[in-house]
Amino acid sequence: MVTGYVIRKNEYHDSVFLMRVAKRLSQQKGILQAAALMGTEKNKILLEEIEVRGPEISEATPSDLMVAVKAESQEALASVLEDLDRWLTIDLGSAPRHDIRTLDEAVAMQRHSNLAVISVPGSYAAREARKALEHGLNVFLFSDNVPVDSEISLKKYARERGLLVMGPDCGTAIIGGIGIGFANAVRRGPIGVIGASGTGIQEFTSLIHRAGSGISQAIGIGSRDLSDAVGGISFLTALDALDSDPQTEVITILSKPPGELALSNLIPRILKCQKPRVVCFLGLGQETLSADIRHGTARTLDDAAAMAIQKVTGHAPPHLDTHSSNWQKLAGREQVNKNPEQRYLRGIFAGGTFCFQAQQILQDAGIVVHSNAPLHGNPKLADPMRSEEHTLVDMGTDDFTVGKPHPMIDSRLRCDRILAEGQDPHVAILLLDFVLGFNASPDPAGELVPVIKEVKDAAKKKGGSLSVVASICGTEGDLQNFRQQVKVLEEAEVAVFPSSAQAAQFCALLTASLSEATRAK
Amino acid sequence: MPNKLEELLHQGPIAINVGVADFAETLEIQGIQVVHVNWTPPAGGDPELMELLDQLL
Repeated sequence: MVTGYVIRKNEYHDSVFLMRVAKRLSQQKGILQAAALMGTEKNKILLEEIEVRGPEISEATPSDLMVAVKAESQEALASVLEDLDRWLTIDLGSAPRHDIRTLDEAVAMQRHSNLAVISVPGSYAAREARKALEHGLNVFLFSDNVPVDSEISLKKYARERGLLVMGPDCGTAIIGGIGIGFANAVRRGPIGVIGASGTGIQEFTSLIHRAGSGISQAIGIGSRDLSDAVGGISFLTALDALDSDPQTEVITILSKPPGELALSNLIPRILKCQKPRVVCFLGLGQETLSADIRHGTARTLDDAAAMAIQKVTGHAPPHLDTHSSNWQKLAGREQVNKNPEQRYLRGIFAGGTFCFQAQQILQDAGIVVHSNAPLHGNPKLADPMRSEEHTLVDMGTDDFTVGKPHPMIDSRLRCDRILAEGQDPHVAILLLDFVLGFNASPDPAGELVPVIKEVKDAAKKKGGSLSVVASICGTEGDLQNFRQQVKVLEEAEVAVFPSSAQAAQFCALLTASLSEATRAK
Repeated sequence: MPNKLEELLHQGPIAINVGVADFAETLEIQGIQVVHVNWTPPAGGDPELMELLDQLL
């Protein structure tokens, strides 16, 4: 094995571009590992960890590009590093037409702008967001790792001026029918939503679309907005805006449990909503909510979508019946040929909210699961890289993604984990989520199907069978095409459910049946 | 005169994109006007120099 690297001074590329370059390099013949990173201190440590070192790396600055490669041979290494221009320019078809270098120049060029979409590294993000607000722009702040003090100061500044800051750590919004960041192609309609999580908004808006209704506005507020520290500053601005938005007939609020203090301060405003409302605080026990707010709360994203549609149309969509004969039949089929030691469920998630919601559903069914991002009451994994008994892993956390592509963009991290789970003879069920839409992987199902087949075949060879249960978040209008993704998974004998909640509910049923069968033996 | 948030919700985004170029492309393919900023770390990524520049400007 040989290693090598190239440092290019003063050549900056964004993180998504670099992830794509690294992916393409690692797919070349003879390449074992490839990294394309900017020269930050954190990234230098990552290179150190994969044993790529050199004086030029130590001297690199955040404006310098570092490309490091591990290869089987000197020839393979040279084929990539000596032809780096080609690998870097393949994507530049999407390069900007104008060489605008600063936000000030951009505002001068397009004076009637009303939104800045900011996705620079966290340590610079607040600076750019502040400049945008000073220019009178609303902000969609995708960047994470923004200090909480900066978040509070940005949001207060914005609120005083009637502006909205979506984020930091905001993945998704749909404004006036236009998807921003990771959003799905959904029709316009009467349902507005405010959400603290990107995948939560994606699932909710996709479910609304697939049920025949549509979205007026979907406003992301960032994962920390409803914490006690921030106190829901952007939430309040978003709620005021939807309350007076003529397109919005029903307002839905989606979040993991808010801070206790923030929640008690926000409830009076929620209760004053001018429009019918649906509230879904995933993972929050209904008993912790006062009676006045408990009415109109949903337990899952599916419930939230059903309740929102009912409030608009007066009719509830068909009720989900987990005791239906179809589910029982499918569970019966999936139990067949399991080895006696096969009894554990392993969920390998790209979407953090799906991991969280699945834990809630399993907890409600009395099933304890380990997780690297545990729901209150569940044990935290000692090592995120190793599953224990029933485990649900959120693979989008920093445990996995520092310097590596998020599993919604690139499935390599999940492929490796699925193969590792497949080696464990105690695993009976794999639970997976697939997220479609703008900026997500162009073929998430296709990327995972080869490893799904591999682990299923391996289980068969050991005389057992591995059940793979999945949900797909998206619509037929997404570039990846919902129906096509379902087809690809079903051909690989994956049990595909129309929502993440239903996939988790089915896993709860199947896990319980397997335990019963084991006890009976 | 509607404020900038009302304008955003009623008329849809007219955007400036700072950072990931794919996000500008996402907006463009939906028919949205977007100016992409070819952003690089200010002051070469040196935080002290960046602070100094901010004070001067």
